Amino acid sequence: MSNAPVDKGRRRFLTVATTVVGGAGAVGVAVPFIASWNPSAKAKNAGAPVEVNIGKAEPGQLIRVEWRGQPVWVVRRTPEMLEGLAAIEDDLRDPNSEQPQQPSYAQNRYRSIKEEYLVTVGICTHLGCSPQYLQDSFGEQVEGIPSGFFCPCHGSKFDIAGRVFSGVPAPYNLVVPPHYYIDDTTILIGEDGEQA
Amino acid sequence: MKKFLIAMLTLLPGLAMAAGPTIPLDSADVDLHDKASLQRGAQLFMNYCMGCHSMQYQRYNRTFEDLGIPEDLGVKHLQFTGDKPGDLMRNSMSAESASAWFGTGAPDLTLVARVRGADWLYTYFRSFYVDESRPFGVNNAVFPNVGMPHVMQELQGVPSKTTERRMIDGEMQDVYVGIKSDGSGMLTADEYDQAMLDLTAFLVYTGEPMLLEQRRMGWFVFGFLLIFTIMAWFLKREFWRDVK
Amino acid sequence: MFKNFVAWMDERIPMTKTWNIHLAQYPAPKNFNMWYLFGVLAMLVLVNQIITGIWLTMNYVPSAEGAFASVEFIMRDVEFGWLLRYMHSTGASAFFVVVYLHMFRGMMYGSYQKPRELLWIFGMLIFLVLMAEAFMGYLLPWGQMSYWGAQVIISLFGAIPIIGDDLTLWIRGDYVISGATLNRFFALHVIALPLVLVILVFLHIVALHEVGSNNPDGIDIKKPKGSVPDSEKPKFEFHERFTKKKDIVDAIPFYPYYVVKDLVGIGIFLFFFCWVIFFNPAMGGFFLEPPNFEAANPLKTPEHIAPVWYFTPFYAILRAVPDKLFGVILMFGAIVFLFLLPWLDRGRVRSIRYRSNFHKINLTVFVISFIVLGYLGVKPATEVYTFFARVFTFLYFAFFGLLWFYSKNENTKPLPERLTK
Repeated sequence: MSNAPVDKGRRRFLTVATTVVGGAGAVGVAVPFIASWNPSAKAKNAGAPVEVNIGKAEPGQLIRVEWRGQPVWVVRRTPEMLEGLAAIEDDLRDPNSEQPQQPSYAQNRYRSIKEEYLVTVGICTHLGCSPQYLQDSFGEQVEGIPSGFFCPCHGSKFDIAGRVFSGVPAPYNLVVPPHYYIDDTTILIGEDGEQA
Repeated sequence: MKKFLIAMLTLLPGLAMAAGPTIPLDSADVDLHDKASLQRGAQLFMNYCMGCHSMQYQRYNRTFEDLGIPEDLGVKHLQFTGDKPGDLMRNSMSAESASAWFGTGAPDLTLVARVRGADWLYTYFRSFYVDESRPFGVNNAVFPNVGMPHVMQELQGVPSKTTERRMIDGEMQDVYVGIKSDGSGMLTADEYDQAMLDLTAFLVYTGEPMLLEQRRMGWFVFGFLLIFTIMAWFLKREFWRDVK
Repeated sequence: MFKNFVAWMDERIPMTKTWNIHLAQYPAPKNFNMWYLFGVLAMLVLVNQIITGIWLTMNYVPSAEGAFASVEFIMRDVEFGWLLRYMHSTGASAFFVVVYLHMFRGMMYGSYQKPRELLWIFGMLIFLVLMAEAFMGYLLPWGQMSYWGAQVIISLFGAIPIIGDDLTLWIRGDYVISGATLNRFFALHVIALPLVLVILVFLHIVALHEVGSNNPDGIDIKKPKGSVPDSEKPKFEFHERFTKKKDIVDAIPFYPYYVVKDLVGIGIFLFFFCWVIFFNPAMGGFFLEPPNFEAANPLKTPEHIAPVWYFTPFYAILRAVPDKLFGVILMFGAIVFLFLLPWLDRGRVRSIRYRSNFHKINLTVFVISFIVLGYLGVKPATEVYTFFARVFTFLYFAFFGLLWFYSKNENTKPLPERLTK
């Protein structure tokens, strides 16, 4: 055994440095394990944007499409529905869509690019149930308003622009997914248009 | 005992030469960095192979991206089925009809390069020859009694087997020396070889589409290990001063 | 803060005590050489196998229809899936590399001799379970080699008289290897055997720390209490569990000294390990066999079936025997004799350093036989190869017989009092 005194500083430096390098290595090893939980190529491709043909939608009709495994609704709203939107804003939690629940191009009273068509993800912002579209029977839920969405799970209510009413469990308006019009009768859901 | 061992050891290398392929394989000088070559290979595959053979573990858009083909061009020129760009490269021939037509299903080719090796593929593509005794009128020098037609005959021309008379063990024998085309194809012999190298390269790529990324990462890992091991060595030496 | 936490824990669980007994105040002989690395490396590979294995099950589909495609899904569609898979497949082979070297170390320095017989038995059990684990894992990719390799190995049980055929049927759960076989192998591979393996590794280490590590000199570092003057004792503090009844010489605490030394060894090992993963994952067809990139086809056998390299020595022994039953018996016998090593070796001197030249030659021939048998196992069974397989099978078994014979009155060299460098 050598009698030379131990250089504590050098020893501590080497310990810390090796620990740091080893720790960096451990983090590096963790990366593939963590990254492997991201959506696979299969899931990403299955979640690719979907086209919806709205050419044959009747006024008041709701078209349901699947995007990334979620229901997306396209509702062709009647002029009466659109007129009713302004009157009820006092009863809404976020009438001006200030919460980031929609792309900027849908941050308006109608929550849409074209007033006539609402595009929204049909998942309640409370706990993920899919609300019902009550085309003419919404009056039972909110007096004087003929159409809207009602979530049967916990009773959340949304108007025909997907805006949430006050006093229900759901905290936010329904999500408007990124979308744009390829032409007058086709919407692409899942991508922002070039104008955005 | 020792003498016996030495005798054994000298014998062993000779034994390693036991089984081998029927003809020597030409070496395929595949360069996975050569995207133009891979693109030409992909085009050949889509046009000549995919009618019968699927590539069911590989996706179209992954192929386009890795080979540097813009997606819209890829869909237009390389995708002949009604699939989406994100789909797997299946083909339209069902396994049943393939069995009915060829007696056996055409195997999937995604991983064929990992099963056979690049050299085998390169030689195989260039070893079809006319053999009227076979149902499709062709045979293959690497894959005797192969159960498929020579689909690239329009490129190569009509190939025939060439032999040379050579003296072997005191007897004159016909020895296989190669394949010669009658020149009626769209490509010259050299162009055909290059095209088949491209096709081989494409199949090597689909066998291991991650190969280039894998090797690139490997160098970073080596770099890290070098630093770590050196640090650990210094640390060890420092602590072990207590022991010596 | 940290001190309070440790105190709080120590009142409830023997945390500091365990740390001291097994690491910080555990006396390890100071002359470990590089052969003593492979235990720690086996542990590292075990951890690698368990973690990457867990991650692979997240995307693997255990069914005859989905297994092969799901492996390619992992290789292509899962982010870094290829890396997780290669880490696991390379780890399987690396496991056997380090375990074989670890076992050779034990044979070389007599680490199986009294009082370490049970330690050796636990180690051999680990080896046995590891072989079962590897065999079942190899079926899971559902390639041609997976399928036909399993077919051949399961058929071995058919050699057992009377019950053989029923037994193979029961193992497969079908008339051929099928999804039923795959599913039960999957369950055993991912849950049952790893659990057994971890328990055995735990017992292996408990047994090791009870008797203490052997060393390249094969002599005890624990001397009778009071026989060593204070000036000769190491300056390190060891746990009273070790010092109460014995005086300890030539030892150093495992932590930090062997921990930092092992780090260097781990770094060097990882160079080889990562070289395979990133630059040669198939390892020339030895770690991943080319026919296994073709999906299992029950109607078509590959031209040449060979088990994965780590089974080939035993496979060569099997093939060397012209009788099916006797071949199987001999193959298992090759492992049984290893189990019996502590009792076959009747010598008192452990390390090869102080044993007779005859023992050195005997062990060398044994190692050569093992390697040559491994080589012959991957080759087709031609007449010449079979002849050599028989010769080396004989030499393999001769090692044990000769050892038993000469070890009783072996001409050994005098042992040193204390550890040499």
